[in-house]
Amino acid sequence: MFLINCPYCGERDQQEFKAGGEAHIERPKQPTELSDDEWAEYLFMRKNIKGIQFERWNHVHGCRKWFNMVRDTSNDEIKAIYKMGEKPPA
Amino acid sequence: MTKNLRVKSSEYIDETNRISFKFNGKTYHGFKGDTLASALLANDVHLVGRSFKYHRPRGIMTSGSEEPNAIVQVNPGTNRTEPNVRATEVEIYEGLEASSQNCWPSVEFDIGGINNFLSPFFPAGFYYKTFMWPASFWEKYEFFIRHSAGLGKSPTSNDPDIYDHRNIHCDVLVVGAGISGILAAKNAAKNNFKTLLVDEKNELGGSTIFENNKFNKIDNKTPSEWLKKEIEELKNIKNLEIKTRTSVAAYHQYNYLLARENLTDHLEAKDKTNKIRQRLLKIRAKKVILATGALERPLIFNNNDRPGIMLSSAIKKYSEFYGVACGSKNVFFTNNDSAYESALSLYNKGINVEAIIDIREQSESKIVKKVKEAGIKVYWSHTIVDTAGYKRLNGISIMKLSNDGTSVTGSKISISCDCLGVAGGWTPAVHLYTQSGSKLKFDEEKQIFLPNQNTSQQISVGSCGGDFKIDEIIKNLNQKLKDNLNIKETDLDNIKVEIDQENSKRNIWLLPSDKPLGKTKPFVDYQNDATAKDIKLALREGFRSIEHVKRYTTTGMGTDQGKLGNMHALGIIADTAGVKMGELGTTTFRPPYTPLTFGTIVGRNVGKFFDIFRRTPINDWHVENKAEFENVGQWKRAWYYPINGETMHQAVQRESKAARESAGILDASTLGKIDIQGSDASEFLNRVYTNAWSKLAVGKCRYGLMLNEDGMVYDDGVTTRLGENHYIMTTTTGGAANVLGKLEDYLQTEWPELDVYLTSVTDHYATASLCGPNSKNILKKIIPDLDLSDENFPHMSFKEAHIGNIQCRIMRISFTGEHSYEINVQASYGKDLWEKCIEAGKEFNITPYGTETMHLLRAEKGFIIVGQDTDGTMTPIDLQMDWIVSKKKYDFIGKRSLYRSDTMREDRKQLVGLLTDDPNIVLEEGAQIVSELNQSPVEMLGHVTSSYFSPNLKKSIALAVVRGGKDMMGKKLFVPMENKNINVTVANPVFYDEKNERLNA
Repeated sequence: MFLINCPYCGERDQQEFKAGGEAHIERPKQPTELSDDEWAEYLFMRKNIKGIQFERWNHVHGCRKWFNMVRDTSNDEIKAIYKMGEKPPA
Repeated sequence: MTKNLRVKSSEYIDETNRISFKFNGKTYHGFKGDTLASALLANDVHLVGRSFKYHRPRGIMTSGSEEPNAIVQVNPGTNRTEPNVRATEVEIYEGLEASSQNCWPSVEFDIGGINNFLSPFFPAGFYYKTFMWPASFWEKYEFFIRHSAGLGKSPTSNDPDIYDHRNIHCDVLVVGAGISGILAAKNAAKNNFKTLLVDEKNELGGSTIFENNKFNKIDNKTPSEWLKKEIEELKNIKNLEIKTRTSVAAYHQYNYLLARENLTDHLEAKDKTNKIRQRLLKIRAKKVILATGALERPLIFNNNDRPGIMLSSAIKKYSEFYGVACGSKNVFFTNNDSAYESALSLYNKGINVEAIIDIREQSESKIVKKVKEAGIKVYWSHTIVDTAGYKRLNGISIMKLSNDGTSVTGSKISISCDCLGVAGGWTPAVHLYTQSGSKLKFDEEKQIFLPNQNTSQQISVGSCGGDFKIDEIIKNLNQKLKDNLNIKETDLDNIKVEIDQENSKRNIWLLPSDKPLGKTKPFVDYQNDATAKDIKLALREGFRSIEHVKRYTTTGMGTDQGKLGNMHALGIIADTAGVKMGELGTTTFRPPYTPLTFGTIVGRNVGKFFDIFRRTPINDWHVENKAEFENVGQWKRAWYYPINGETMHQAVQRESKAARESAGILDASTLGKIDIQGSDASEFLNRVYTNAWSKLAVGKCRYGLMLNEDGMVYDDGVTTRLGENHYIMTTTTGGAANVLGKLEDYLQTEWPELDVYLTSVTDHYATASLCGPNSKNILKKIIPDLDLSDENFPHMSFKEAHIGNIQCRIMRISFTGEHSYEINVQASYGKDLWEKCIEAGKEFNITPYGTETMHLLRAEKGFIIVGQDTDGTMTPIDLQMDWIVSKKKYDFIGKRSLYRSDTMREDRKQLVGLLTDDPNIVLEEGAQIVSELNQSPVEMLGHVTSSYFSPNLKKSIALAVVRGGKDMMGKKLFVPMENKNINVTVANPVFYDEKNERLNA
């Protein structure tokens, strides 16, 4: 059970959060101009990395804010947490 | 004729408090402080169970939670009965009953014992190999296998006890209250760390508390005397909470641990009532100090499982702590010095020790000399080759061990004995450590796995960290505490320790016998009857991974998870395969460390607390008027209102007719309501709904369909424009929370530039939906000053009004196709509003209707219910709702997906109406639809999603999804049922009032 440092509320138990999949997949601004394949790439394709992964989390039973997390999926170590819109750490 | 083997009064046993209990129907006596195991041993009872596979007689082996054999059913036949309880952990109380498991008709005479003599036919993988063919016979085999397997019986009536959960946050959690744990907790608390110390036993002190080896001294006292003083001092320390009878079950990441606190299991039945039995502690610790100690290893030799064969350390504990002799003729079998401590402990109490068999060549430690001085015979370089006695050990045979330890030589010596203490060295209890994700390394010299790479703020101290001697323990503990807690001084800086240096031990994982391995029974896993032979067979058959060998042989898969024998299994595999133990790795230790009751896991979430349920503000009225309820998400919704013993069908037919002929009223408070405000609110709605919103005038309502980005219908509902920048959106009852979450997600992550604010107001309003041709007349009576003319208040519009002092929002919208109004008031006035409507509606025969009638009425109109007529694979086009999808809008959620090649296929499943050729036959929802009857296999074209008998149309109607259904209008299809085939015709899904004339009736 992770201990997650919500950037708005501080450390909270994982039970208060919801995972929201891979981060930094921007919704295309002009979907109608994309081919089926390009749209499918946005819609369906996710990396599901073993190792360092950038993902979205939502403090759903707290402030309800979305934020980003860098997590090592091989050992569940949380490397960094940053707000939506902020640059991911290098 | 039970013998009394109580030898000496012990400070932990209250001999003034005699307790009677029953085991296998027979009454015995023990004392307050006894465990079931110690009390049975005091009565000379060793045989307590039968093994799982061969039904061999088994006795008590240990004195703790690692016990593999003495697994009993507590209080059989009562509602408090519990199977698979370790007799070594049950504290006795007046009236306790326990019985053996896995035996029939009794533990003394067990029919299944025949398996022991058939054992050559039950090798590892026996079940896999034997019951494979013919495959169709498995069900027959299973009946017999299930019948003969199984440990214990689960209770058949409700658990009368209360269970609880508690969250604990602490700076330092210390697991295990042996000498290391006590010193760690004391020093942490003294340095202002909020500290929690837990131990699974009822007394603090671990094994040191009965450590009376006179050659070990701490500050010139025996370790037990010294530790008692330390424990006494704990009472005066602030910041320290101590929990005994508390077993840590799981150590998760981020220092999150689950522990079970046992509160009433040791009490008499009369003291158990109305108390919390067990509490699950959910502990979040900044730092964890594991002081879980070590488990003594057995030795693996032929017939090493007979009742009377125990761990040497257990014999010592029964003698020193409980004052019980485990036998009257004792022998020890060892590879290290610890058996000598046990032997001396017995000798000092006047208990006969016949001999010590030591596989080492010699040892010169003080304690060995002392044992020799006591005149106890020591056989060096000898090993046990066989044991005798079926239900109780009565003798052993020993032979000289060859120099390389792989064979025996010379002549056989027989020794008569009734108890054998086995000492194979110590295995650090690293179970919790590895559960946390931390990694072990193998120490070739000590032949143990030790903590290596920690993943969280934790340290392992004492013997679980590999320190076995008191001087090492204190020195290393001191340093680890200083480093980990960042403190400069501790109590341990000036402690003087003297110890008796132990000679190195000799480790042989599988001891030889004069018989070949195939003819012997050296048990590695006692509970699951896995022998060294089974492990070697698995290797011969090609298994290499330790995890595979474990599953094939079931080694370590019992309720004890192989706490005793796992190391030997690894050792035998490594020796046989010629690899190093360190390379082999270990199997995974999984939570729980010891079994948990379901009660502990569930806590208070039972009965009506199992799940949250929500009731509308009008609920009391529904109850008073005898409504039947159905669950919709978490809501309890009125389903129908039977009168005079009506069936559901009769009630629904009556309610449906009344709603169309005069007036009906529905509690619609459960619909999700989201208040949307902000200067970009209109733009936001444009993006989340398929239709256009910019031109909706203030005071008007519009139906909206919401898609997922994949183009599939997600939710629907009516949204009203309350002001220039103010909307109220309604969602489906079940979808409310998810819709809000989805909208928030887009606002926060994709469109943060939009000025929009969302607030869930579902619970803030109560909603009465008034419908039918007389709804207007009723509303007129309640609000006489409101102009209800079609010009002033047309369909799909909104008015604010007052009923007396109560402010209300009225939407003229309809889910039934009738002229209707949804009246919203502040939740607390909900029941008042409802009663006013009922009162005003009396002259029009106003009829309250529930969700079932609502479903029927909307089905007559072909209105979908998201989640019933859709299943996450339906686009608006599939639903024949093209009219609501804007062609002009550049973008909305899911738009692009509607133009994917797959979503544009003509042969997708599409929503259609179905009419049965016989108007009285009502289809079953979920029934399959085909186009051919005499064909097998036949393609399934689709299924029925909604089906009712319509009292207004006087015929059966149904909605269905059918492959290519859009172009099948009028086509004959079939619904094959178990006993008949139903002929149906594809129809327009709008069955009633196709021209929507009734909306303005």
